[in-house]
Amino acid sequence: MDNMIRPYGDTMNDGAVQLSFTLPVPHSAKADEAAKQYAHKLGFEEVEVVHSNPLSEDFSFFVVYGKSQLQLDYDKIEVEAVEKSMDFYEVNNFIKENIKRKVVVVGACTGTDAHTVGIDAIMNMKGFDQHYGLERYPMMEAYNLGAQVPNEELIRKAMELNADAILVSQVVTQKEVHIQNMTDLIELLEAEGLRSKLIVCAGGPRISNKLALELGYDVGFGRGTYPENVASFIVEKMVERNS
Amino acid sequence: MTQSKLNLDKDKISRARELSKQITRPVNDYIEKHTTVAIERATLRMLGADGVTADDVPVPNAIVSALGDNIQYGASTYYVNALLRKNMTVEQLNGAIANGLDISQLELTDMELIRQKAEELVAAFAHRVKGNVAYRTSKVTEYKEKENAPLLYLIVATGNIFEDVKQAQAAARQGADIIAVIRTTGQSLLDFVPYGATTEGFGGTYATQENFKIMRKALDEVGNEIGKYIRLVNYCSGLCMPEIAAMGAIERLDMMLNDSMYGVLFRDINMYRTFVDQKFSRMINAFAEIVINSGEDNYLTTSDAYEKAYTVTASQFINEQFAYDSGLPAKLMGLGHAFEMNPQIENGFLYEMAQAQMAREIFPEAPLKYMPPTKYMTGDVFKGYIMNAMFNFIAKSTNQGILLLGMLTEAIHTPFMQDRFLAVENARYILNNTKDFANDIEFKKDGIMQTRAQNVLDETIEFLEQINEKGLFDSIEQKLFAEVSRPKHGGKGFDGVKEKADNYFNPVYDYLEVELGLKK
Repeated sequence: MDNMIRPYGDTMNDGAVQLSFTLPVPHSAKADEAAKQYAHKLGFEEVEVVHSNPLSEDFSFFVVYGKSQLQLDYDKIEVEAVEKSMDFYEVNNFIKENIKRKVVVVGACTGTDAHTVGIDAIMNMKGFDQHYGLERYPMMEAYNLGAQVPNEELIRKAMELNADAILVSQVVTQKEVHIQNMTDLIELLEAEGLRSKLIVCAGGPRISNKLALELGYDVGFGRGTYPENVASFIVEKMVERNS
Repeated sequence: MTQSKLNLDKDKISRARELSKQITRPVNDYIEKHTTVAIERATLRMLGADGVTADDVPVPNAIVSALGDNIQYGASTYYVNALLRKNMTVEQLNGAIANGLDISQLELTDMELIRQKAEELVAAFAHRVKGNVAYRTSKVTEYKEKENAPLLYLIVATGNIFEDVKQAQAAARQGADIIAVIRTTGQSLLDFVPYGATTEGFGGTYATQENFKIMRKALDEVGNEIGKYIRLVNYCSGLCMPEIAAMGAIERLDMMLNDSMYGVLFRDINMYRTFVDQKFSRMINAFAEIVINSGEDNYLTTSDAYEKAYTVTASQFINEQFAYDSGLPAKLMGLGHAFEMNPQIENGFLYEMAQAQMAREIFPEAPLKYMPPTKYMTGDVFKGYIMNAMFNFIAKSTNQGILLLGMLTEAIHTPFMQDRFLAVENARYILNNTKDFANDIEFKKDGIMQTRAQNVLDETIEFLEQINEKGLFDSIEQKLFAEVSRPKHGGKGFDGVKEKADNYFNPVYDYLEVELGLKK
């Protein structure tokens, strides 16, 4: 039995969607009509341009509502199962029981990327949104190398500290600059025969698990990741590898 | 000026200022004795050095590398000497150096002749900058009525200067007073300034003199059309801090991000290098009447905004003192702070307002720069839009000077054109709707806001005492700021710091010292 769904406005299966976008045309009645027809082309019916405004002489902004007859079968949707991760206390207990020594994690925002907000949220003592960072974990030794760290430096530091895991944060993804940088790290690790000794994690607002796996990482963490998600993955993976 | 709302103890504020003076004094002693490769390059630029070699090495860099340790005598000596020896114009000499002429090898002529010629070059620089100041002053005065209060500050960041121009002009037409062109990621760590117009940047656009010129022209154009002076901002930070200041003075930028400690804490630039560079860059900014923006907001992206509010206030005091030490008056100090408390805190709005009002009352003449929420912005654009409205309301009701508009898509992507439009709409609605609110309210005596501000001031003083005791260099090493530790001799750029020789010569520095009243 199919389980077909459409967006819900105020009636089941009405397919109601709100949109806002800009068109590169001067604000006019013609522009409004263009916005309406464009929404129609996107597959919307009963399109209403409820608001429009000039952004400059050559651009106009629209708020549009429409209804779509498109539907999909919810039962056919597949996602990678996100396992429920352990919390701060569970991670530390897990390490005590299964690894029996401190887990060493080295993290950095690598390449030219200067945005430490992601790596700081995961690693700093304070953490983010009331979730403690890895530095606060008694059973972890966490080293945050900060921003604009070359891949070579990150590897050198990981060796020096005898790290179990490396965390790489990439926030700037304009023009795919992160792909090359992330690939370089894996190639360097492989060239030095270190890849299998380390758990290598990538993170950032535009990083998906799928992308990270494709590039040769053990995992990728996207938007909404908390420190305990990263910690859980690392310690479980360590135990899995040793068994 | 409005009455005090917070009932802050004036003696405590004076105490904090006294401590800041004591903190910067030993740092200034170090600064006085040193120069850097960046200061020498900036000085050369102000005397006229420009252009690049066949390998894209900027002429100022070529000169300074050829001089090596001899920059301890001041690179100007050699540059001016070459002009005299070769009997060339500045343009001819730049061309010759670009083609490989090594001026470090020329025999030095009479120092008196060098001084005379240098004065002539400094006069030409000063004439240009004073012309820029006069032009800006006349335009700002002419169009005063159309300005928003606070000034609305928008960012463009396409990576391509020509695309930036389109977005900047659109933003100005939508109501922005200030346009900042974000720099490409990583530029702060380049020990040279790239040359020419650029179209390839990551997360921003290269700061180059040509790009400054292109954007200046575009903003003047749109400004004259809509009857408003549109201010242009760039980033006077990183390893080329003084050079960016020099280029900004020449091309009439109006504001510069220019913090005394930001590079050390957030870019891992060596602390000695940064302190020496920031002084000269601020002297240039002061002379060109460029409003500096300090970067205290950055502390709150790594530390908690509620618990560590005092680090912001303490840094404002230190930035203020370093600015005074560089001859920069209070009216050019865009001291920074931010609306970054966790939105889930009960009464968080009151604490934010107390903090903003406190900055207003402690630094009454400074055009304070207020930064929007970023840390707790999520993909929920609707909630983000409300947070920005709360932020705008505080900015208006505490008379901030510069309002960096928050984007509802902050955590998602570099702003779409429509995101900027919505940000301006949000701000203008609030600025108009609450225009005289600040003058119409008082804060309850010993209420939540007064108590909060008084506590933060107490913590600030305690913190400044601690810094003063340890010394600023050791305090940074020991993680007192932003929970970041930076070793004194670590970081980038320390090898570019040189002790000045007894006969060190820098005609621009000497001129600015007198102009800014730092030396009688």
